Amino acid sequence: MPLAPAITDLEQLKERPALARLLAWNPGAVEAAKFDRDELTIVVKSAALREACAILRDERELQFNFLADVTCVDWYPNEPRFEVIYHLLSIPRHERLRLKVRLAGDDPGLETVTSVWPSANFFEREVYDLFGVRFAGHPNLRRIMMPEDWEGHPLRKDYPVEGYR
Amino acid sequence: MPQMYTPTPTIEATGPRTLTLNMGPQHPSTHGVLRLLLEIDGETIVRLMPDIGFLHTGIEKTCEAKFYQQGVPLTDRIDYLCPLTNNLAYVLAVERLLGLAIPPRAQWLRVMLNELTRINSHLVWLGSHALDIGAMSVFLYCFREREDTLRIFEMVSGQRMMTSYFRIGGLALEPPLDMFGAVKKFVDRFPSRVDEYENLLTANPIWLKRTKGVAYLSAEDAIALGATGPTLRASGVDIDLRRDMPYSGYEKFQFKVPVSNDGDVFARYIVRVQELRESNEIVRQTLQGMPEGPIKADAPKIVLPDREKMKTQMEALIYHFKIVTEGFPVPPGEVYQAVESPRGEMGYYVVSDGSPKPYRVHVRAPSFANLQALETMCAGRLIADVVAAIGSIDIILGEVDR
Repeated sequence: MPLAPAITDLEQLKERPALARLLAWNPGAVEAAKFDRDELTIVVKSAALREACAILRDERELQFNFLADVTCVDWYPNEPRFEVIYHLLSIPRHERLRLKVRLAGDDPGLETVTSVWPSANFFEREVYDLFGVRFAGHPNLRRIMMPEDWEGHPLRKDYPVEGYR
Repeated sequence: MPQMYTPTPTIEATGPRTLTLNMGPQHPSTHGVLRLLLEIDGETIVRLMPDIGFLHTGIEKTCEAKFYQQGVPLTDRIDYLCPLTNNLAYVLAVERLLGLAIPPRAQWLRVMLNELTRINSHLVWLGSHALDIGAMSVFLYCFREREDTLRIFEMVSGQRMMTSYFRIGGLALEPPLDMFGAVKKFVDRFPSRVDEYENLLTANPIWLKRTKGVAYLSAEDAIALGATGPTLRASGVDIDLRRDMPYSGYEKFQFKVPVSNDGDVFARYIVRVQELRESNEIVRQTLQGMPEGPIKADAPKIVLPDREKMKTQMEALIYHFKIVTEGFPVPPGEVYQAVESPRGEMGYYVVSDGSPKPYRVHVRAPSFANLQALETMCAGRLIADVVAAIGSIDIILGEVDR
């Protein structure tokens, strides 16, 4: 099965229900979209994230009722440096969707989605601990993997793999 | 004067009647190094906070410094009770990044070994869970059959636990011929062995008292708190990735997905015991229709050549040298591949920037998410029920902390 090229053109993708719903709600909130290797990715503005999540969860046609995962990728030294990634799953419809938020490198932060999915609690703590991305409004934003007095965020690309800090 | 060690974080009692209690990390029933901070009113749990990270080994960071094929042995260590499930999720993710097609025989063997792994993992869970609650003898019964599955893993991979048997593009080796005989013997005998476990537990009045109605989790709470796998299905949500979003050829097999609406420890027990039987049936089906053919994809730049070819063909030797020393470039992109592990949705998110090393590997560990449901399960219950609840969500701390 040779790889099909990724589709990144919003015009071609706007028929997809999840993207169509978000564009109908607020076209300015969607920065980009990509369909690659059978997976749909939508990049949204960080200010619109929580509302977009609530819409995707509650819309009867979509029902992305389950937050499978939250993670982050550090594109250091490029800007915007961080991508926070949300993997959504619709349990009734057996469909996945990836939401992305791009954040600048200095003092990265965005709004928590724990009010939409309580399960985001641990996931966001992990991203905060290992990447240093702050989630405003999180009920308990503390380190989860590393000791509380640890310095630095180990999964950042400027943090060494070996040796002493 | 050495400083006294005070474990952090701590919690403060919120009322005049309550006090806080530290449970773990070296508590025998927390299955590894889980520390729980309990706020209790008498024997009743008011608040519960898991403190994790004692086993954090930075596997995700290590993956970024290795070639793609070197990531496979690291994935074993994430969940030491189902190494092959982790291998599968990782290699499937990389294969999707590469656009590799896997020959049917390799797919069937992968399914077969995955279901044996599920049996192996559920047996350890059943034995230790029963031990926690006080049924000592079940442990010995479970480990008798677990030994058989470990022997099968040793036959195929040479290792009992850290198997690393799957490769990007197929399998490491053709399994030895007597492996199929050993699997056949196991499959024929196993249902009667599950009857034995059920004889010991399912109608046992002490077992029922300790599990029925204990650690209740509603379907809404389970979804909201991110629970997956048997924990979610025991709360009445009918989803199994093997059936609903099939991977590695699971759509070719017939099996039932056990679901229970009770949402308590007993429901999780029943769901897992039925899964033991269903997994056994899947293994039987793989034995009956095992296709012939190669076990590696036809991709000489990605899959290591056979030993024999390396000794006789120049190209094979060159490819071998290049793969081992330089790895192979993977087209840029990202893939999230989820599989149904014995504990729930095990997802690998792999990002490639076009180089021979993964730019980012993230593991969505089912135990990590399931652990969030523990407080909801335990609030208002007794301390002894916490032990039953921890056992019932089947956490593996290697996977929680990664």
